[in-house]
Amino acid sequence: MADSTNGNSAATISITVEFTGGLEILFSNEREHTITLPARLSDGSQPTISYLLQHLVEHVMKDDRKGLFIMEDNVRPGILVLINDADWELEGEENYELQQGDNIVFVSTLHGG
Amino acid sequence: MADIESTCASLRAQILATEAQLDGLKRDLANAEKASKSRASPAADEHKEQNDNHEGRRWPLLPEEYRRYGRQMIVSQVGLEGDCLVSGKEAKTTRQLKLRSAKVLLVGAGGLGCPAAQYLAGAGVGTIGLIDGDTVESSNLHRQVLHRTKNVGKYKVDSAIESLQELNPHPTYIPHRTHLTPDEAPTIFENYDYILDCTDNPATRYLISDTAVLLGKTLVSASALRTEGQLMVLNNPPQPAGDPEGGPCYRCVFPKPPPADSVVSCADGGIMGPVVGTMGVLQALEAIKVITAPYPIKAAAGIPAPARESPSLLIFSAYSNPQFRSIRLRSRRSNCAVCSANATVTLNTIMSGSTDYVFFCGSASLPSLLGPEERISPEEYRQKHPGSAAGRGSTMIDVREKAQFGICNLVNSINIPISNILASSSKKSQGQESDQPPELPSWIPPEVANSESDDPIYVVCRLGNDSQIAVKRLKELGLDRDGRRYIGDIRGGFRAWREQVDPDWPQY
Repeated sequence: MADSTNGNSAATISITVEFTGGLEILFSNEREHTITLPARLSDGSQPTISYLLQHLVEHVMKDDRKGLFIMEDNVRPGILVLINDADWELEGEENYELQQGDNIVFVSTLHGG
Repeated sequence: MADIESTCASLRAQILATEAQLDGLKRDLANAEKASKSRASPAADEHKEQNDNHEGRRWPLLPEEYRRYGRQMIVSQVGLEGDCLVSGKEAKTTRQLKLRSAKVLLVGAGGLGCPAAQYLAGAGVGTIGLIDGDTVESSNLHRQVLHRTKNVGKYKVDSAIESLQELNPHPTYIPHRTHLTPDEAPTIFENYDYILDCTDNPATRYLISDTAVLLGKTLVSASALRTEGQLMVLNNPPQPAGDPEGGPCYRCVFPKPPPADSVVSCADGGIMGPVVGTMGVLQALEAIKVITAPYPIKAAAGIPAPARESPSLLIFSAYSNPQFRSIRLRSRRSNCAVCSANATVTLNTIMSGSTDYVFFCGSASLPSLLGPEERISPEEYRQKHPGSAAGRGSTMIDVREKAQFGICNLVNSINIPISNILASSSKKSQGQESDQPPELPSWIPPEVANSESDDPIYVVCRLGNDSQIAVKRLKELGLDRDGRRYIGDIRGGFRAWREQVDPDWPQY
């Protein structure tokens, strides 16, 4: 069947999420995570980076220091978000709709020298 | 007899030959000194240099320069002819001359600045300025490769220039023995063509970028911490503010500074020498690429700058595979505070202090979390608990990270890294009935969790900040049994411990 909405297993997409620049400390010291998200949200829309942020904070991040990752429902200043090796600002920022196989990298800026 | 006569003849001949050699050396020295003087005051001697280059000499470089730079000049990217400004006039000549006439300022003579300066000096960049107000410390030497052990205590810029001069006496080296301040930055930057950001804090990084943009200089910015590094070439090409063809600046990429408490320094987080060295060497490479680029550095009015590599961020991670990764960056931000048509930052606001970098970036607040009764000095601790080992009649918890604990620790102390404490949820009992005792997190070792003892718990760290956080958390978890068990920290951490109790304690 071409229609995948049948059955009780809802369609999902799988993406890789990476943390560098020290952010991995907030995520169990793992740099790379494979994240599975529903292909469609309950309102029929596709999951976006905003949705991913919420998902990461609620389900993946065990560290209490949420403020080192998000501020005012967005990534905190000093973190770059990269969508398939490009600055997310080239791709629509938090409204970018995630695709199967996407690679999302969160980079904290370093300041040492 | 014949033997003695022949010995005398041989000695006379050797003396004559040595004298001739000495004369030759003196002549070479006189020539070299003349050449170096004419480069030391470029403004006054431009004319003379031109004479040297084009009338007195057949070739634009000194013979020694051909020998010294030959290996890079036979690489087409450096050696091929290009448009160069020679004595104020455009001419087609080897791009090595572009390096020789370039003036590069490195802000910071530390882990990035040392290797960057070393390679720029080696490559024959004509004028190299170094700005840093710090002096050399022993803890710098593993990565700040221009400084020598004998120069500990000396200004970093003087120490660096001493090494650079030994490496290559041709360039002019200019020391600025000060930290970069907003009131001085524009005046200092004005004398240079290119800027390298080799500093270690956000406030200075914004100051450097803003000043570089407003004075039309391309900026090569790098940073490093622990096992990772980052590199960007900014304001490239250095078009005037409001021109979208110009390259993005630091503020375009990071319009808002990170919260001050998220900024980790090399002193706190640690740094591997070759990691920051890699980034410094790459800065030198990018600077050489920009300087020798085969088109005019500044596009003339009305003529669009030729297409360049799109702006990117290079990320280096020593323990990842692949180690390098290049990220495409955005172009100039249309509402950037510095490089857009809507700019609010100007040279005047920088110099007058109305652009306040310290306020903009904030400073990490380290409030005393604990009351005086919850803190004890190393000396008081020693009086209460004499003997070299911890653990008799009290519990000592050391919250430094594992690697630091491994360097040195107190006998019988228990290591609970602060990162473990912070990483676990502080929610006490999820979904449990309130009358049940809260479940203790797994980072609390059984000997503490199961102890019936009311012996005091002391918490110690490197400087006396993390220990306060840990004491608070332990109390929140109820380990103080409503005050029956004392929990406090060692004020000033192991730094104070070393000063007050144990001078042999390793200082790292």
